Amino acid sequence: MSFLTLDHVSHHYFSKDGYTKALHDISFSLKEGEFVSLLGPSGCGKSTILSIIAGIMKQTQGKVLLENKDIQESALAIGYMLQQDYLFPWKNIIDNVLLGPKIHNKPTVELKETAIQLLQEVGLKGVQDQYPTSLSGGMRQRVALVRTLIYDPKILLLDEPFSALDYQTKLKLEDLVGKLLKNYHKTAILVTHDIGEAIAMSDRILVMNANPGSIAKVFEVPIEIRQNPPLDARKHPKYQPLFDKIWEELDSREGDKK
Amino acid sequence: MKSDQQLFDSYLKERKKEKKIVLIWQFFILIMFFALWEIASRLYWIDPLLFSSPSRIFTSLIGRFANGSMFSHLSVTLFETILGFIIGTLGGILLATLLWSFTRFSKIMDPYIVVLNAMPKVALGPIIIVALGPGYLSIIAMGFLVSVIITTINIFSAYNEVDPNYSKVLKSFGATRWQCFKEAVFPATMPTMISTLKVNVGLSWVGVIVGEYLVSKQGLGYLIIYGFQVFDFTLVMSSLVLIAILAAIMYKVVEGIERWLIKHAH
Ligand SMILES: Nc1ncnc2c1ncn2[C@@H]1O[C@H](COP(=O)(O)OP(=O)(O)OP(=O)(O)O)[C@@H](O)[C@H]1O
Ligand SMILES: [Mg+2]
Repeated sequence: MSFLTLDHVSHHYFSKDGYTKALHDISFSLKEGEFVSLLGPSGCGKSTILSIIAGIMKQTQGKVLLENKDIQESALAIGYMLQQDYLFPWKNIIDNVLLGPKIHNKPTVELKETAIQLLQEVGLKGVQDQYPTSLSGGMRQRVALVRTLIYDPKILLLDEPFSALDYQTKLKLEDLVGKLLKNYHKTAILVTHDIGEAIAMSDRILVMNANPGSIAKVFEVPIEIRQNPPLDARKHPKYQPLFDKIWEELDSREGDKK
Repeated sequence: MKSDQQLFDSYLKERKKEKKIVLIWQFFILIMFFALWEIASRLYWIDPLLFSSPSRIFTSLIGRFANGSMFSHLSVTLFETILGFIIGTLGGILLATLLWSFTRFSKIMDPYIVVLNAMPKVALGPIIIVALGPGYLSIIAMGFLVSVIITTINIFSAYNEVDPNYSKVLKSFGATRWQCFKEAVFPATMPTMISTLKVNVGLSWVGVIVGEYLVSKQGLGYLIIYGFQVFDFTLVMSSLVLIAILAAIMYKVVEGIERWLIKHAH
């Protein structure tokens, strides 16, 4: 049974001067525990898809169902990590991280320990009492990631979560997030510009077209690669051929534009 | 090679020095101002009957404070100003919040607010006095009126300028509109609120002094008008000096509140 379904979803941004069609007829579905990546040129509507699934915007056409219920009515916890970190500058790190539980009136006292531990795991030790302005871009991004994870969502929407990180940290965090998601059997959608990251982390990769955004092609990641953690996945013999295929696909779309 | 600590120390020293220089200049200007005034008055560069002099003001103030008459005027004005300031500021914040809560209501109200804002509030003085009686109630109402509309406008537009992505983050956690307000919109407008506080200090003084001109019963505004009528310009100047001092103190207090808020608002 599918967990999340997008059924002929289109989205327009309206303004008084006209409209932009950001998405055109997007249909796909995810099973529970599945990990899907979205790849595509800038402006093809990846962030738009995530915002719709997160229930922040309503699509202008089509249906989005979560466990067969309309997404707007579903009370299921969704964790959305936006493209920019949007940490609240007037809250310190620990209060930022515990924002989700606070909104749900969950006791944050017990979660504090977990939060500090999780911060440590992403390589941020002893930052809990600092304020976001004193952190670097990569550090802030990791805080935003922890903020999303601690909320314990059933489905995770990650919009370029590792884009501001150095390569080493990025690989480590890919491992950590991959492990967490597998262990807790979470469903996730990852937006990325990094083909390697998409292959290493996901079960399926959706390559998108721009103007308007639509799904161009779907790549299944071979089971052998999936079984490896992201770092080792990159060394698997089947990794490179898939990488090349996706590269070609994206490259040909670049070519179309000219 | 200097050590890190030494570099930091010299940075601190530099800062202290800069602060001192600024302070010295500030004092210098103040003293020069009063000295020049005194000299100009004594040498008849300016008419001492019209512009008085610091020494006359000083003696006059001492006398009036000694017999207690000044203190009652001063406390009345201060009371009215502080109340007008508080009600105007809180009222403005409340109104802005109301407008923010009902988007359509705010759109409907927009032209009326613009007109109210453009209107010189002190021109309403006579009507207010007729409505509320010639007492401190009218004067407080003036202090309130002068600041409330502009506060509403400033804070409402600050609410609307808050980056919607903060609310997006909260909504993704399933926050209600009220929670978005509490966690994102309100704290993000804190800086605007604080700057509004400072502006309102000045505005409520305008409202209250004009109110006292009109009601003409007691208070520093009344003393100015009275001194003007009996040609006692030393009294006028004394009142002005007192107003300047009180306004400055009030401004400093607001600054203290600001510092406290910044520390504790988190
Ligand atoms: N708030 C908005 N108002 C109007 N148009 C918008 C808005 N947000 C996005 N768009 C338009 O919708 C299209 C898709 O935007 P979206 O942010 O989803 O792209 P994206 O795939 O996430 O791009 P990137 O990889 O650069 O993040 C773009 O053409 C963009 O101009
Ligand atoms: Mg995007």
